[in-house]
Amino acid sequence: MTNEIDETSGSMARVHPRWLRAMHWINAVAIVLMVMSGWRIYNADPFLGFAIPNPMTLGGWLAGALQWHFAAMWLVVGNGALYLACNIASGRFARRFFPLPLHELAADAVAALKGRLSHTDPRHYNAVQRAAYLFVIVDIAILVLSGLVLWKSVQFPILRELLGGYESARRVHFGAMTALTTFVAVHLAMIALVPRTLRTMIFDR
Amino acid sequence: MSRLSKPLIGHSDDVLAGLRQEVSRRLDSPLRRRFLRSSLSLGGLSLLSGCTIVGENDVETALRRISRFNDKVQGWLFDPTRLAPTYAESEITRPFPFNAFYAEDQAPEVEESSFRLEISGLVADNRRWTLAELRAMPQTDQVTRHICVEGWSAIGKWGGVPFADFLRRVGADLSARYVGFKCADDYYTSIDMPTALHPQTLLALTYDGQTLPRRYGFPMKLRMPTKLGYKNPKHIQAIFVTNTYPGGYWEDQGYNWFGGI
Repeated sequence: MTNEIDETSGSMARVHPRWLRAMHWINAVAIVLMVMSGWRIYNADPFLGFAIPNPMTLGGWLAGALQWHFAAMWLVVGNGALYLACNIASGRFARRFFPLPLHELAADAVAALKGRLSHTDPRHYNAVQRAAYLFVIVDIAILVLSGLVLWKSVQFPILRELLGGYESARRVHFGAMTALTTFVAVHLAMIALVPRTLRTMIFDR
Repeated sequence: MSRLSKPLIGHSDDVLAGLRQEVSRRLDSPLRRRFLRSSLSLGGLSLLSGCTIVGENDVETALRRISRFNDKVQGWLFDPTRLAPTYAESEITRPFPFNAFYAEDQAPEVEESSFRLEISGLVADNRRWTLAELRAMPQTDQVTRHICVEGWSAIGKWGGVPFADFLRRVGADLSARYVGFKCADDYYTSIDMPTALHPQTLLALTYDGQTLPRRYGFPMKLRMPTKLGYKNPKHIQAIFVTNTYPGGYWEDQGYNWFGGI
């Protein structure tokens, strides 16, 4: 219950407000649905020469995968738009992700590789975290935009041409998915290294 | 005839592509699909929720409902005046892939002399049409991209009668909701009226300047560069205008009905 008091009073003791935690987990579920159904859709025409093992995919066949993909897309887009709006309106975006000086990012990246990057204060993201979280936000935006071209290439001509046409948009969509799954792998590895971060994303303590 | 004059390599590529698609079709046959879907969604759901409280049929119903909602969204996104991109003839994909729910040698053989196109439903004039009568109408052609629901795309050239002209000629009720198609290969599908009236929607009688060959849908196919491949019926025998949702061969199995791009 102290949690609730913290949130309404806006105490600085809080790491992640309730709305942010809710959106994080909705996004996590939506991304898993999108990626797993997306792999099944890719398997219908595996243009990179390899297929994703079917047990790792969602939908059972192409039509089922498409149903999942075009249902979960509303979750990703709706939740993502709300996330951006709340972050910008509350000033959390500016507070937690900026400034992001390059020299600090370089120094933190070196420290991270040496295993010496500090996680002492969960209220403060180090430069590598800031860069990684900003990266994944931009990457999901690219996934949404390239997905829009794949879904509606005739109706969004400017976006289609920006991405180099329909066939090029397929590659962009797949590349952005690969970047996203790489982020998730690193993200999960970091949680395993610092389990406290998982607790704060669930209970905020 | 152009098919026989193709070099052997191109021809065998064609056969290979046909085989490949046939194999993937058979893998996706309803029986296998049912098995895969039940094993998969149970696994997938229990993995995600940690339990299997949610019934499988509930999930399926919810997904189909969202798909119907997406039909509405697509109808709203569809701009009746927006044209699909067109290409130079040098960009045509050769050979243009054969694709159906059966192998190429099983495509129906339609006899031109006895063929009559049937028109029914909300139309003023439901007399039957010969191919010669359709060829006598003003013709147009287009080089456009065909996009398959599987993801691949290919550029082809189709010629024929603008479908809007044809619908007006038969006195179709242009405020009706659907136009449905019945085909010689037992395929069937249906489209929304705004797409039927789109300037690039073509009752195609030719492919690449030749009479539409059997493998591409003789005697005619409906070519819509604003919709996915499975919405473009081949071997059309009957066209009907209706306000009752007619569904479609793939649509009734779970593919999205609007299928717009």
